[in-house]
Amino acid sequence: MKQFARLYSAIDSTTSTNAKVAAMADYFASAEPADAAWAVYFLSGGRPKRLIPVRRIAGWAMEEAQVPDWLFDECYHAVGDLAETIALLLPSGDGANGADALSLHGWVERRLLPLATMTEEEQRAAVLAAWRALAGTERYLWNKLITGSFRVGVSEQLVARALAKASGIDEGVIAHRLGGHWTPTAENFSALVAADSRDADVSRPFPFYLAYALEGELESLGEAREWQAEWKWDGIRAQIIRRDGRTYIWTRGGELVTDRYPELVDAGDHLPDGAVIDGEIMPWKNGALPFAQLQRRIGRKTLGPKILAEVPVVLVAYDLLELNGRDVRTMPLAERRAELARIVEAAALSCAFVLSPVVPLVDWDDARRAHADARTRRAEGLMLKRLDSEYGVGRRKGSWWKWKVQPYSVDAVMVYAQPGHGRRALLHTDYTFALKEGDALVPFAKAYSGLTDAEIRALDSWIRRHTIDRFGPVRQVEPVQVFELHFEGIQKSPRHKSGVAVRFPRIARWRTDKTADDADTMDALRAMLEAPV
Amino acid sequence: MLRLTDRGLYCEAADLYVDPWQPVDRAVITHAHGDHARWGSKRYLASREGGRVLRTRLGEEASIELVEFGESRTIDGVSITLVPAGHILGSAQVRLEHRGEVWVVSGDYKTEPDPTCTPFEPVRCHTFITESTFGLPIYRWCAQEETFADLRAWWRDNAIEGRASLVYAYALGKAQRILAGVAGADIGPVYTHGAVERLTADYRESGIRLAATTAVATLPKGTSFAGSLIVAPPSAAGSPWLRRFGDVSTAFASGWMQVRGARRRRALDRGFVLSDHVDWPALLAAIDATGAEDVWVTHGYRDQVVRFLAERGLNARSVASHWEGENDEQPAVADESALA
Repeated sequence: MKQFARLYSAIDSTTSTNAKVAAMADYFASAEPADAAWAVYFLSGGRPKRLIPVRRIAGWAMEEAQVPDWLFDECYHAVGDLAETIALLLPSGDGANGADALSLHGWVERRLLPLATMTEEEQRAAVLAAWRALAGTERYLWNKLITGSFRVGVSEQLVARALAKASGIDEGVIAHRLGGHWTPTAENFSALVAADSRDADVSRPFPFYLAYALEGELESLGEAREWQAEWKWDGIRAQIIRRDGRTYIWTRGGELVTDRYPELVDAGDHLPDGAVIDGEIMPWKNGALPFAQLQRRIGRKTLGPKILAEVPVVLVAYDLLELNGRDVRTMPLAERRAELARIVEAAALSCAFVLSPVVPLVDWDDARRAHADARTRRAEGLMLKRLDSEYGVGRRKGSWWKWKVQPYSVDAVMVYAQPGHGRRALLHTDYTFALKEGDALVPFAKAYSGLTDAEIRALDSWIRRHTIDRFGPVRQVEPVQVFELHFEGIQKSPRHKSGVAVRFPRIARWRTDKTADDADTMDALRAMLEAPV
Repeated sequence: MLRLTDRGLYCEAADLYVDPWQPVDRAVITHAHGDHARWGSKRYLASREGGRVLRTRLGEEASIELVEFGESRTIDGVSITLVPAGHILGSAQVRLEHRGEVWVVSGDYKTEPDPTCTPFEPVRCHTFITESTFGLPIYRWCAQEETFADLRAWWRDNAIEGRASLVYAYALGKAQRILAGVAGADIGPVYTHGAVERLTADYRESGIRLAATTAVATLPKGTSFAGSLIVAPPSAAGSPWLRRFGDVSTAFASGWMQVRGARRRRALDRGFVLSDHVDWPALLAAIDATGAEDVWVTHGYRDQVVRFLAERGLNARSVASHWEGENDEQPAVADESALA
């Protein structure tokens, strides 16, 4: 645990990617395989399910530190992170009972995971013992683990790079071995860095190929007829994998979601063995439904017949990555697309696969017309892919571009602010915005991003001096600062006071040139419901 | 005895102010940090220990009367005594006694030992006016020996890699405490920013033993900084002054570094928790030791401390000091305000 805490501190205290990779590589090269396995698991974003309700843990910490709950809340507001608040709040541990000498896998397997089957009283005793034994970073990490909130600023890609550096195995091979459900055991770690293991898990997806936003004019891309244009859909990017007679569905977020989409699993039976399709899971009834419909479905624990009938999904198929068990990612797009069309057509009976429609391009004006029309189709723009392009790894510039539609835009007034979390814990970075309705201001959106650090500091200072009321951490401020907000979608919503919900709101500009009188009205926002921009 | 006015804490009986934020006729100064020792008053009363530093801050023209710790002055029946506060060189608590009633204004203080100033002394009083900069239970300082050992280890590791080590610390107080903490470390040369060097000279002239330093500005062009320790005020961060150091690891020494978010927001390589203020347990212990039944709480987490004390049965009251409008809960600004 000490060694892992040192690794965590080393990663956490540097902004240099090289230094992070070097620290991880050092760790992987020297740690016991059983410990290294858990380190791989945690560093690549794995986390055991939350083992104990957070409020219960907080309650024990308050008792142990003899701090009333209101003061605990104040501490939490100052720190912005519960695990850290508890770690700082408790009197220092005494390192008794030798627990701090335990290895990482010892901590995880003997102290952490058993919490799941303990009674509340046993959990309390185990957690208090750990707090008393640990100090500093180790205690913080323990809290992160029991609250299911451990994360560290490295990507799976960097973990793979560090493993490659430590083992001498190619980074791509490591990345593929890590895909899918990788379980942290000493054996699996040894296999991960072994020179030859062709033990590919059948469910394993390929890394997703991502596009950059289009820069400059379309004409700079060359001839329009060398490009394939498709709609850019706003759903869940996923790969559907058919191997050894079984179907698996992986999202771009790295989640195995096979059981969430029974209609796609059924359709998978119509796919030839050894096939992998990249596409977008979309709510669909004679065309795309709004993303909010899909969110209704994502939110459910169990999928009853009602929701399945109301929000059916399809896979809009973009690309074919594997055919007859062979990796075809380096074939030209045009050829992959032809094979994809054949497979989707053969599986057409299922109705759950839709071949991603192609927008015919004679010249770039065709692309411009389609782009202008995107929103009426519930698409968020166009994808442009070179017909001879391969399916790459990660995000690359050159052969694939995304061209999103202009976002919706309104000028809104800031009415509330509260401190952010983590890096932004001591600054007010979460803002609520309102629009005019007669003489009143109606809050309609929260936004967290879009300002520079300097603007955030300046705004924070302004907020502190112009607070008119406080509700816990939330400050009501004088309604005078105007911001240009952008968002991607808009929907009626009975759950929101304003009656509308906007998607992906963010700050485009701090309009210091405008006053609250210049802000937009709720009527203007409601007008956007009917008329897409 | 004291009341809050728009110029600061005022003692009517003796017609004097403690750390006023507007010019007044007579100001008693707890210590030389910019938010406590302001310009423009007619007469100042301060501790002899901090005389030199205060002179640098207030200028040659200021009329400053210096008194020893423990030595009393009586003005219109009010007996005024300065008592060590342990915050920085010369920092004092102000004890006021009038017709048997005793009030103490703490100024900024810490109870940990510090080789660069006389240690804090608790004073029994009826009313205690305390700071609360770090008045939340998340602020518990680790032993300073550990922090200095970490700092020296960081410096040594950087030196082995051929890097310079740059630590940001308030020019007055924290910088010198670090220079005392690394005296005799024998890792490499110690360089200073001009703002630090001037006050460091004042400390030496006041008899404080510090590591030998050279101002960066006086070094010949082309000096290599590999292996050196550079002490600079936080305001130097992000300035062109840094370019000359080449490969450099940066750190900040402050109590705020206790919280991970504060460390990360500054994009520093290291944060060393080193404060010249009391932490939570020391704050409560200090208040206890005064025996005061009335406690006024000034800048910092005053509302929180007041509520906590009130729940323990004390008469606690929150006193808004003038300077905190922009920096309450805002270390990024509060840190730098101490630099003036």
